[in-house]
Formats: sequence, C-alpha cells, structure tokens
Amino acid sequence: MDPTLSLLLNGIVSGLLLGGLYAAAASGLAVSFGMLDIVNIAHPALMVAAGMAVVLVGTALGLDPLLVAVLQAPLFYLLGTLLYRAYHHFFERRGDEALQGLAFFFGVMFIVEVGLVLLLGPEQRFLDPDYAFVTWRLGEIDVPLRMLAPALLALAAIAALWVFLRRSFTGLAVAAVAQDPEALRLMAVDPVRIKRIAFGLSIALASIAGGALVVVQPIEPGSHQVFIGRVFAICIMGGMASLPGCVLAAFLFGVVENLTASFYGPSWSPAVAFGWLLLVLAFRPQGLFGRLA
Amino acid sequence: MSELTRRGLGRAALAGALTTAVAPWAAPWPALAQGVNPIRIGCSMSLSGGLAANGRSAQLAQRIWAEDVNARGGLLGRPVQLVSYDDQSNPANVPALFTKLIDVDKVDLVTSPYATAMIAPSMPVVMQRGMCYVALFGAGVNERLKYDRYFSMNVTGDDIKGHYARGFLECTKMLPNPVRSLSILAVDNDFAQRAAESVRGMAREYGLRIVYDRSYPPSTVDFTPTIRAIQAQRPDVVFFASYPPDSNGILRAVSELKLSAALLGGGMVGPQIAAVQAQLGPILNNLVTWDVYSPEPTMQFPGVVEFQEKYRARAPAEQTDVLGNYLQPYAYAQMQVIAQSLARVGRIDQEALAKDMHANGFETIVGPVRFSALGEWAEPRNLFVQFQNIADGDLEKYKKPGTKVILYPPALKSGTLRSPYGAPA
Repeated sequence: MDPTLSLLLNGIVSGLLLGGLYAAAASGLAVSFGMLDIVNIAHPALMVAAGMAVVLVGTALGLDPLLVAVLQAPLFYLLGTLLYRAYHHFFERRGDEALQGLAFFFGVMFIVEVGLVLLLGPEQRFLDPDYAFVTWRLGEIDVPLRMLAPALLALAAIAALWVFLRRSFTGLAVAAVAQDPEALRLMAVDPVRIKRIAFGLSIALASIAGGALVVVQPIEPGSHQVFIGRVFAICIMGGMASLPGCVLAAFLFGVVENLTASFYGPSWSPAVAFGWLLLVLAFRPQGLFGRLA
Repeated sequence: MSELTRRGLGRAALAGALTTAVAPWAAPWPALAQGVNPIRIGCSMSLSGGLAANGRSAQLAQRIWAEDVNARGGLLGRPVQLVSYDDQSNPANVPALFTKLIDVDKVDLVTSPYATAMIAPSMPVVMQRGMCYVALFGAGVNERLKYDRYFSMNVTGDDIKGHYARGFLECTKMLPNPVRSLSILAVDNDFAQRAAESVRGMAREYGLRIVYDRSYPPSTVDFTPTIRAIQAQRPDVVFFASYPPDSNGILRAVSELKLSAALLGGGMVGPQIAAVQAQLGPILNNLVTWDVYSPEPTMQFPGVVEFQEKYRARAPAEQTDVLGNYLQPYAYAQMQVIAQSLARVGRIDQEALAKDMHANGFETIVGPVRFSALGEWAEPRNLFVQFQNIADGDLEKYKKPGTKVILYPPALKSGTLRSPYGAPA
C-alpha cells in the first residue's frame, strides 16, 4: 500500500479509537452541562478519581479494569446524586447557580485532585490487562486493543444511556427538565428528583470513562487537566444536549487530531481540532446535532 | 442568569474559599522547633499537582538528610529545621511562598523547589534578598540572570546545547554498522526543547541527516499517529525528549507499532521513575536514555547505598517513588553542599557562603561536585544508560547492577551497547 494512504487510513482508525475515549469522557458532561445546564468542571477530575478506584479495586481483586468500571458505576451514581443534593441545596435552590455553582465545582475539582494526592500519593498508577499489549493487524491497519476495548465499552454505555433517555419515562423527563422544569412540575414530576437522577447518571458515566482511561494510559491525580478543554469543546461541538452529537464530535476531534499529527506534526493537533470547533460554531452555532432555541 | 450582587459575589468567594481551603492542608506543617534556635532552611516544593511525584520524593530525601545531620549534632552546633510549603506545581505560587519564607518565617537559608519551571519564578525574590541559593534540577536558569549566589544541583552543566546530547550520539559509534538518519520528537517545554536543540546541533558532526523533527504539546493523549509518521521515515536513530506520562505513551505506541531502530531513546524523563519501570517492563529493553544515577559499580559513591537503604525503607509509607534511583540522591547531595559550605564558613553569611561554594569543591553521595561561574556543575555528567535484561515489571532488579547499564560517560561506563531497539532482548 502507498505509505501516504497507509498513514491516512491508520490516522483515521486511530483517531476513531481516540474519539471513543473522548466520547466516554464527554458524554457524562453532555448530560450535566448539556441537558441540566450545570457547569460541572469537576467532571474530568471525577473521571480520574474513578480511574484510581478502578486501579485499586482491580489490583486488589485481580479484575479487569473495564469490568471494575462497570461494577463501580452505581457507587458513582450515588456520589453524583449526593453532589447534586449539595449543589442544589446551596446554590441552585437560591438561584445562585451561575457563578457560585462554577466556584463550587471548581472547588470540588481541586478537592478531588488534592485528596487523591493525599490518599494515594502523586505517583502514576496503572492496571494493564493482558489485551492492552495486543495489537490486531488488519492488513496495513493497526488496531491496538488498548484503544479498541475502552472505545467499545464507552460506545456501549452511551448507547444504553441513549436508549434509556429515549424509551423510559424518567429518561424523557430528563430531556423535559432541560427544556421546561415548571411544565414538568405541572405533570406531577419533581424536577429536582429528575435532575438528581440525571446528574447521578453523568457521574456514573465518569466511572466508565475512568476505567477506559486506565486501559489507555497510566493516570495520576493531575491527569484530568488534559481533558477539561477537550470534553467541553466536544460537548459544545456536538450540540450540548445531544448524545449522538457528542459521540460524532468526539470522533471528529480524535480523527482531526490524529490526522494532523500524522501529516503536519502533533504540535498542530490541538490548534486544528479547536479550529474545527470554531468552524462548526460559525456555521452551526447550535452544534452538530443541537437545536436552535 | 441571576444578577451578580455584592452578596452573591460574597457567596461565590465563600464557596471558592471553602472548597479550595484544602490547599494549605496539603502542605506539611512547618516542623516544630527542635530545641533552641535551630538553623531554618526553607523551600517551596511541589507536593501536589503534576510535579508532585518528584517533589515529594525530593522532600523525603531532604528530611532524611536533616535527620542524619541532627543525629550528628546539627550544623554549627545548632539543630536543623526544614520549613516547606506546597507550591502545587504552580509557578505562580512560588514567589509568594519564597517571600513568606524569607520575610515572615525568617528562614536562615533557602533551597529551591524541583525543576526549572518552579525555580525560575523564585529567582527574583531570592535575588532581591541576596540569598545564597542551591537549586535542584534547574537547567539554564541562571544563563541570563547571572546571579552569583545561585548554584545548581544538576548534571547538565553550563552549556546544555553543547553537551546534553553528546553521550547519546557517542553511542552511535558503538553500533556495529554506521547510521545515517535521525528523527527527533520533543515535548513543548523548556528542557526538552533545549535537549532537542542539542541533538539537532550535533547531528551533522556524527554524520546524521535529520529526517523527522517535530514537537508535540504536553496535552497529547495518543502518540500512535506521530510514531507511525516517524516509522514512515525509517530512521536509524530516534531521539525523544519527553516528560512523564508522555514517555509512557510514546513507548507504548513504539511497542504497538513495532518501531525498530539501531538506537532509540534520547532525553526521556519517565523511564527513571519506578512506576514507569514497573508498567513498561520489557518494553524498556535496549532503550538508551538520559539519566542521572544508576546503581552500577561505577557510581557507588560513599554514602549513596546507606542513603538509598533509608529512603527505600520509608518510600512506600510516604507513597513516593520506591526506588530512589533518580533525583533523590541529588536532593540529599543538595543539602550536603549547604552543610559543607556552612562548616567551612562557620557562620550564616550569604555572601561568604556563595564565595565558598564558588571556590571549593564538595564531596557528596553523588560524587565530587564543583560549581562553575554560573553556578552549574563545572563538569557536566549527563549519563546515558541502556535498559537490559528486563523480563517483567518486578522492581527488585533495579536495585542491583546490570539493569540500567551506563554507556556514557566513559569514566562511568559499566556495560556494552545492545542494538537494535525493538529486537528481542
């Protein structure tokens, strides 16, 4: 195969796999930030905390990191509901959710990072399953399972969430609460409860993303900083409240980053990827799958 | 959106304060007074954030030094007390912490935080107060400032561009066949760019044509496209200048894509760290990279084994690097420099201490040290080591000779080069 074509195809495939990780990290935010209008800047930090928990539990019990991520997701759901209770009680209830809420989640992010350092130390932590060292070769295309397995789990989790949001009453209520909480109240549905459930789900997705991250790379308490800009950009590019848009934007981000790295050098990757964000917003201010208000 | 009122702003400030107030808790409380009028040595250190892994292990090494000194009766007949604050790996925090150390805590001496990015912002405060300053792993910090009371505990020397990559390129002469092409990949930070500049500048001298020369941002997550682009150029020699956790990502991608080269490595920071060694295991075999210490017979300087025994006994409980094969002996040696200079001068006099440090050499656990006019090591000692005989991630072998074999400099050489990288060990 022509070397340039090989670079192109491998760049696209590795970009899609990287996009799977980004989708895992950004989908939870699409729920909290996109649907609930809660600027949870601590989401990537909670993802790293989940990754640390995956390493500890997986190492102690000899379990696969992705399996641990799924098993611990209910606990992170509960953590999310508690976090929302605090946020609602101190800020949202008083109508102070804008600046004060942002300060709250900034603080949570800081506490999570420092807490991880104090509890576990600042060292890198890892848990490599055997398949993380296996690469499938499909002709000239390399598919490392280190990237493929987390991407598949992420997509499965996002698909399950999407079905839940589209098919269940609670899921439809989550979509409704994003549009008009008062109308929901008139239908005898407590919007605070619905928001609590939705926020819990977003943090449960952070658990899945944490497990995916552990398989892809070693993590340390400060690892979340790499993802903050990307996940918000993907969420906005996808159309805020749209899960399919979030996934598509994540794939686009990954492919653009990796193709740029392949042909023009990795220095240009973030600039070109964020340039695409500007382009999308210029022509579709509501994002790829968003609706105009 | 709610209107921002003064009360609202107050609540926001309270919310921020309540949640970020944990920051000081991360810093160790200043040690309690240990008797009458101790000599107080202050520094900021990265105990949280991206540099915390090295910051915490450096602090443990310094604490071991203080305990050793106090067990011997202290310095100038006075006990030593270390005062340190967590700079959170944030350069913006450093000037205020050094101002507090010098003006409020009234420490007698100051030492630096870990590494260039944190040392540089401390320099204006230290220079304004005329403090004698022994820094840890700074590179080229004093190049333009030319502060005559600055001293650096780092092996890179005055001229990083002229010396840093020499050892790596000298290894090309040990290869069985001549090499022609070189690829360079460096992270966008000061030290790595200097390292890349060094190898770029010397490539022609070694008959190497540069076929790939790129930088990458520290936020890079996936290195496979970059490594594939390097692979497409088929270089004989591959030079990476990277930081953790990028080094890990790069070597994982190299392994997944089966990139092979006659000589692969360079200025990678990461493979020196125990956690990285445990994770990468045999992927490290035949990697040739920059280092500062290896437990080879040629580096058994007096006191280093005893230090490492103490360090390794405490590292697991302190949740820091369990081996202490990297900057930890240098953090201890940094304090030895201060102790020996104080003993010679006989009093705490910043000017006299600086003159003494310029004029005299030091015997430390990392070997004899002498400083240049700029305060760097007068004789650079960039080690280039090769990882050999690694079958798994077990760390015990890193405590013994034969795993990190020294190839350069010749005076410390302890083994022979194995080539290529990517071949079965």
